[in-house]
Amino acid sequence: MDTVLTEPELQQMECVYEKPDTLTDTRFHYCPGCGHSVAHRVLMEVVDELGIAERTVGVAPVGCSVFAYQYMNVDMQEAAHGRASAVATGIKRVYPDTYVFAYQGDGDLAAIGTAETIHVANRGENILVMFINNAIYGMTGGQMAPTTLLGMKTTTSPTGRTVETAGFPMKIADIVAMLPGTYFVTRQSVHTANAVRQLKKAVTKAFQYQKEKKGLCFVEVVSNCPSGWKMTPVQSNEWLVQNMLTMYPPGDIKVPK
Amino acid sequence: MAKGSVVFDIETCKGCELCIEACPQESIQLSPNINAQGYHYVVLVKDNCTGCTNCALVCPDAVITVYRERKKEKVLVATISNVTGNITVTIDDERK
Amino acid sequence: MTVSDVQLMKGNEALAEAAIRAGCQAYFGYPITPQSEILEYLADEGRKRGMVVLQAESEVASINMVYGAAGAGARAMTSSSSPGISLMQEGLSYIACAELPCLIVNVNRGGPGLGTIQPSQADYFQATKGGGHGDYRLIVLAPASVQEMADFVYEAFDLADKYRNPVLILSDGALGQMMEKVKFPDYNPADHMVPKPWATVGKPKSRERNVITSLHIEPEKMEQINIRLQEKYKVIAENETRYETVQADDAEYLIVAYGLAARIAHGAVEMARTEGIRAGLLRPITLFPYPSRPLRSLADQVAGMLVVEMNAGQMVEDVRLAVDGRVPVSFYGRMGGIIPSPEEVVHALKAMIRKEATKHEEVY
Repeated sequence: MDTVLTEPELQQMECVYEKPDTLTDTRFHYCPGCGHSVAHRVLMEVVDELGIAERTVGVAPVGCSVFAYQYMNVDMQEAAHGRASAVATGIKRVYPDTYVFAYQGDGDLAAIGTAETIHVANRGENILVMFINNAIYGMTGGQMAPTTLLGMKTTTSPTGRTVETAGFPMKIADIVAMLPGTYFVTRQSVHTANAVRQLKKAVTKAFQYQKEKKGLCFVEVVSNCPSGWKMTPVQSNEWLVQNMLTMYPPGDIKVPK
Repeated sequence: MAKGSVVFDIETCKGCELCIEACPQESIQLSPNINAQGYHYVVLVKDNCTGCTNCALVCPDAVITVYRERKKEKVLVATISNVTGNITVTIDDERK
Repeated sequence: MTVSDVQLMKGNEALAEAAIRAGCQAYFGYPITPQSEILEYLADEGRKRGMVVLQAESEVASINMVYGAAGAGARAMTSSSSPGISLMQEGLSYIACAELPCLIVNVNRGGPGLGTIQPSQADYFQATKGGGHGDYRLIVLAPASVQEMADFVYEAFDLADKYRNPVLILSDGALGQMMEKVKFPDYNPADHMVPKPWATVGKPKSRERNVITSLHIEPEKMEQINIRLQEKYKVIAENETRYETVQADDAEYLIVAYGLAARIAHGAVEMARTEGIRAGLLRPITLFPYPSRPLRSLADQVAGMLVVEMNAGQMVEDVRLAVDGRVPVSFYGRMGGIIPSPEEVVHALKAMIRKEATKHEEVY
């Protein structure tokens, strides 16, 4: 531990922030600075603050966050690639009073899982879908994602993504927002403290709406991928602001009236 | 004494430096030392921490615990009745 | 509406009614001929009687919804036919590794590919040898009547819960569509529910979190999981092998067939007997675990075995494995959705006997 204050001096203060009990003691395997880690932390902080840990079941995807169940101290299921929202549907339909979330990356949700994503939204399942969009496939070594930006270099777009070969980056949050079954669709990020505060508010609202059985809540988190983008964490957040947030601007896409 | 302070779990820190970027007081720096994982961890280098929690909010690995001085609470000393009604008198509780 | 005593029902509907009575809590499925009646019956009757019934967007989504519901401890099932079962293979592999109890019904149609809606038995390999990736087995039950379409549902859920294993009912398009008498047994689901402390229902402070997963990155851990699965399959084989014999005690020639083919073979046995041929029938009821032991004993008694299937020759391999060269094994089959007649089977039996008499070994 490193601090400039002594123990007795600290004791005179109150603790205003600490790691929540809803995160296990297992160290995150994520790369330094990875947005997944922040997203996990925020999600579990909200579950902790709302006091719903004992009634929450989460579904982990395939991708960098395949090990999410090692870090989130709630009952978890590991889904097949792309199927987290179908698995979440199965859980929620048999236990409608649990708080269910599906946590997915851009390949899981917008490539192989597109049908499940559209239909879970179309059915208006009362779950939270948390979508981490870093425009790349991290776990498998940095291939192109449906959300990869035009011109962006990945291992499967080594000279930069072109429309002719690979089509356009997909703004899946806007697509699901068009479906009447979605109740709350928002796009956030975690690159600054204020962005994290906004995300926390969004996730808190989403769980509240789930309690009220309002329909699907879809929270996209535009994130960095320092390793895949081949930058330092600090550089990657700068690149995120200049490139990702122009394509995927943060803000509420669909809010309840 | 500074208004706030932070404690870093230096063995879990990965030296990503996002907290350094986030700190409005520029109080955090990378240590020249490394932890058992091989990362340079962060340390507090000034005593002007306000306990704003920005660093903890951006920390991917939940490394940071944040402290802030307790708000002075009001303590009820007396309630006086007079012709105009009830008046409550409070003072800052110095013990807290 | 309560269903009582003996009724005339279509196979698919009898299966669906049995599912409701067996306490199935959730059904997720997708339409495909010749089994859409299961989904439709449950969407109507099942929902009325408290079941979660959802028409999913695909068979892929269906099997994953079953995974979620079963992982949360519910009695869950799905049904499909051959091409749809192919789509479910990934999900089945995950379910088997995560050891989740559930019921899958395959109303086998002609293939390969989009095929035909006529009945076939060409999914035997898919059902019994894994089908999806990895070393796993489903418990496979093969009904041969509408009554068994119903009875096996109760068996399947009980076996699934007993062993924490997926169970597949391997039916076919004819059994699914035919109408026969069926009587539903007295079965109170509450008496058959088992505690599921491993299910993801929300973690109270009193226990560690439950994780349902098939991901075990460390090879040592993965090997342990595989060893445990294989040991479980051994126990299942010891305790749950089921089969039926017809006139096998004094048989000189044995026909081996399952499901619809067994009904035809039964007819063939009776026809052959009237012509003085001492034919008998062994009908496997569980296709996994396979009744290898009784076949091996019968191999010492009979002069030849004829395997009759509605495919290009799949179960015949398990018969050959079981008898281990002790007796010649011949095969007769029709493919693509054609149902053989008892006369054809008798004809094939006689051809086999003639070959035997001239000491001509058939090599496949």
